[in-house]
Amino acid sequence: MTAALDALKIGVVVFAAAVVQVSVVAPAQVLGGTADLLLVTLVAVALLRGAAVGATAGFFGGLVADLATWETLGLTSLLLTIAGYWIGRYGETTGRDRAHAPLLSVVVVTILHALGSILLHTVLGTPVSVGYALGTTLLPTIVLNVLLTVPVYALCRRLLPPLERPDRAREVNLLG
Amino acid sequence: MPRNRTVRLAVLGSPVQRSASSPSSSRKASPIRRRLLVGGLVALSLVLITLYFREPQEGPLHAARSAGALAVKPFQVGAERVVRPFRDLYGYAAGLLQAKSEADRLRAEVERLRQEATQYRTAFEENKTLRTYVDFKAPRAFPNDYRPVFAAVLAYPPSAFEQQVVIAAGSDSGIELNDPVVSPDGLVGRITNVTPGTAQVTLLTDRSSSVAAIDLDHNASGLILGRGPDNGLVLDNVEKRYVVEPGDEIVTEGTQRGKWPSLYPRGIRIGTVSFVNQTSSEIFKRIQVEPAVDFGALRAVVVLVPRDRE
Repeated sequence: MTAALDALKIGVVVFAAAVVQVSVVAPAQVLGGTADLLLVTLVAVALLRGAAVGATAGFFGGLVADLATWETLGLTSLLLTIAGYWIGRYGETTGRDRAHAPLLSVVVVTILHALGSILLHTVLGTPVSVGYALGTTLLPTIVLNVLLTVPVYALCRRLLPPLERPDRAREVNLLG
Repeated sequence: MPRNRTVRLAVLGSPVQRSASSPSSSRKASPIRRRLLVGGLVALSLVLITLYFREPQEGPLHAARSAGALAVKPFQVGAERVVRPFRDLYGYAAGLLQAKSEADRLRAEVERLRQEATQYRTAFEENKTLRTYVDFKAPRAFPNDYRPVFAAVLAYPPSAFEQQVVIAAGSDSGIELNDPVVSPDGLVGRITNVTPGTAQVTLLTDRSSSVAAIDLDHNASGLILGRGPDNGLVLDNVEKRYVVEPGDEIVTEGTQRGKWPSLYPRGIRIGTVSFVNQTSSEIFKRIQVEPAVDFGALRAVVVLVPRDRE
């Protein structure tokens, strides 16, 4: 029951983030960049719930975004599935309990998302302006995403409190 | 839960939290299940992309996408309505800051436009009289021969590479493919996908867009081509013998040029010439046009539905 409620909460959070992103955040350009609320929310969810949930949330959020924007179906899903998995793995291993993990993850994933997006659009034959995407929009987008990270992560952490992990050692007993 | 560290640990600097290794089979299977899940989702995404690309517009995946878009629409409308008061407040505050200089500029512009309007009214009456004399057959005229359908923008381009927006009106409102879309500032684009409740508008800046256009000040005609969000618009196919200068106003020509049929009525504002150049090796002039519409700040649009279709 708790797991189902948790899944429902994650679904609602990701769905809301996707809808708000395409309807409200996307048109708001600041210094040439646009914040990506869906990506930031995904980072928070993946860090709090791990790789499997991160990948699933990424796929679901991407699908909602693709539907809402009439984008090629599966394109955003693919990018966000990989992003969610990767951030989830980072959260489960190196980034576990590190305060800077959300900020670092957002910076890295924003860059990788931009590169992945360029690559996929190039493969699909969409005209791509690499200079514009990397030169003009990337830096302000990173800054905006980082600014969004603090409140979004705090909100997600409140909605999705960290789970008690059975595999986590609570104390270390040294021999000798 | 407070961590249980010992002094010795702190000195040794050993990481406190370690995953305890467990021999249980479920724990060993967990990474495999996780990888299978991610692999499955990635494969599903790739299958969706491939099928979506290969199937025709009326294929089942496109139909599912349209149904999904329709299902998401109420949430998009809701989100937009919740945010609108805040956006308006911001716009009001930002407007106040530049109101004084804006008022001076507008006063001067009104004066200039008043004089122009008088001249145009005279020319318009003269034109009407002459048309009756020669029994002139005119194409659909903007705006009288079109019924405006006002629609809010529901979704914006998901990345810098797409130049399409989704609007909250569709075939239920009489909208069909290729209907022109305008805003108070000028031409926005055309309808490229339509469902009963929503429609996709491909913006003028999209690289697939081409519009027959004319320079109002020097009567030079050419083709407006989209060059993406960073490069704006280009007025192509203008022969070197024509004079075009920065500041010239460009509007839709409303005629067919070569293989490009004009989907737009004559006289819709497109933008202003910002740069003109020509080289000895090229046949045509190089002309850049600053769009009249701020595509990044598009909140609502007007779709022009021909009255004679109804």
